[in-house]
Amino acid sequence: MGLVEKRFFTFAEPPHGMVLECGTRLGPITLAYETYGTFKGNNAVLILHALSGDSHAAGYYSPEDPKPGWWDMMVGPGKGIDTDKYFVICPNILGSCMGSTGPSSIIPKGDRAYGLDFPVVTIGDMVMAQKKLLDYLGINKLLSVIGGSIGGMQVLEWAVRYPEMITSAIPLATTTKHSALAIAFNEVARQSIMADPNWNGGDYYSGAKPSLGLAVARMIGHITYLSDESMRLKFGRRLQDKNDFSYNFDADFQVESYLRYQGTKFVERFDANSFLYITKAADYFDLGLQHGDGSTVRAFSKTRAKFLVVSFTSDWLYPTYQSKAIVRALKKNGIDVSFCEIEAEWGHDAFLLPSERLTALIKGFLDRVYREI
Amino acid sequence: MSIVKFENNGIRFDLQLIASWIEPGSKVLDLGCGDGNLLNFLKKQKQVEGTGIEKEEEKVAGCIAKGLSVLQGDINTEVLDFPDKAFDYVILSQTLQQVFEPDQLIHSILRIGHNGIVSFPNFSHWQVRLQLLTKGYAPVTPQLPYQWYDTPNIRVITIKDFERFSKQVGFKIIKSAAINTQDEDKRGKLITYLPNLRATYGIFQIRQ
Repeated sequence: MGLVEKRFFTFAEPPHGMVLECGTRLGPITLAYETYGTFKGNNAVLILHALSGDSHAAGYYSPEDPKPGWWDMMVGPGKGIDTDKYFVICPNILGSCMGSTGPSSIIPKGDRAYGLDFPVVTIGDMVMAQKKLLDYLGINKLLSVIGGSIGGMQVLEWAVRYPEMITSAIPLATTTKHSALAIAFNEVARQSIMADPNWNGGDYYSGAKPSLGLAVARMIGHITYLSDESMRLKFGRRLQDKNDFSYNFDADFQVESYLRYQGTKFVERFDANSFLYITKAADYFDLGLQHGDGSTVRAFSKTRAKFLVVSFTSDWLYPTYQSKAIVRALKKNGIDVSFCEIEAEWGHDAFLLPSERLTALIKGFLDRVYREI
Repeated sequence: MSIVKFENNGIRFDLQLIASWIEPGSKVLDLGCGDGNLLNFLKKQKQVEGTGIEKEEEKVAGCIAKGLSVLQGDINTEVLDFPDKAFDYVILSQTLQQVFEPDQLIHSILRIGHNGIVSFPNFSHWQVRLQLLTKGYAPVTPQLPYQWYDTPNIRVITIKDFERFSKQVGFKIIKSAAINTQDEDKRGKLITYLPNLRATYGIFQIRQ
């Protein structure tokens, strides 16, 4: 992919702002975004990231940059999403902390961060903000909208909210609504943050951060992204750097050490309040309720996009039955839909891991929809 | 006996015959589409809008990768979610003999499609009859290549059976062909004289 650059777009200046689904006006709003490839009028592909992702889907920021973007194995010249053919846009979501406006942003004309004064945003709000970005970029037709997990929710929202703009959609490992199980895990993660004394009602930007709470929240998340099988293969009951139990509460097992490491690493790059807001947005998301009077079939009634729906066998956070429900609702609307359940042991995380199968699916599907426009 | 010649397109004779029945530009659903050979052929030769249903992940992925619209799933349940008359043709090629509830499936096919096209290996072909008569073992032929214990085929159907079945279940046979195939089914001919005895496959176009 080579070198890429993070850009920013600011809109919804006060007093008008953007009216959110909760009724509040928010403004100004900044979205961080990156683009790759050349826009040719009909080749725009929008990539939407999950909970902790950012606009940096592919490439490097500098020659010294040690790590490429989060989906670099999928996005780039000759890759599954071929940047020689397609113009790729990846925005950071509203409410996040990776360059877009969120609870850690400074209040307009104020001297402190929003904290809990930031309004509760929804998947719909995120998508409305992304639409503003595309208007600004002069893009009124998308060849495809692609995303996994919470990114997949945005894909579905795009398809029903702006059906006239969408030629095709690829929701990966996602759902039209969270199960009680998914909400439960999110709530435990949020409670962990809010129970950290440093959280201080969300007002911690001038002092110590609720790092412990956020680390535990991330640990919980990581358990739900893996699977029984993947944890057995990856860790089993192996001990970390020792031959015997320590008989204290250090990390004895590799799985403990892994989770602690993931938790600590996450704290360095992510804001605890953003975690609260984004997980809440995901829990509130209910496509059928919000766009079809309770019916997912009705929600998709205006959609004319071609769909590729993908699930993974060991994903217990968004199990295959939830993807099949999407497929069923699309079929009932006579929509052209392809569906594949990929055999994968890595749980929900599988959509982010290198997979020849997923790459071939996305590449073949995109080639077809591009040919057929 | 009439000989039908198709160009050698690399696809099976029976599939070429089915393809010859399909109107260009129509909407087609292929139940149990496998590697997608028929769909691909129909898309290129007849500009159809095709969809396939296939159980095996690897085959599904292969189909999607080559630009076909395919759903992974069980044909018996996947047919339930399509709207009425969503397709011009619903094809069930060489799968009827593996279906648990054939009458239910045929009913669904004719609900979601204006036409059904059903083909199956003819169990009353003389070779099958002869094997059973002379050897006394469950027949194994090029068209029915399995032993009794590892066959996916749970039904034995003959051309005459299917004709009677149409009256019992209540659907119309619009068109039919009995064929005999050679060279791993790449070449073949139409059988008009004693088809139930001499044809390896029966192919039927049906309507409600």
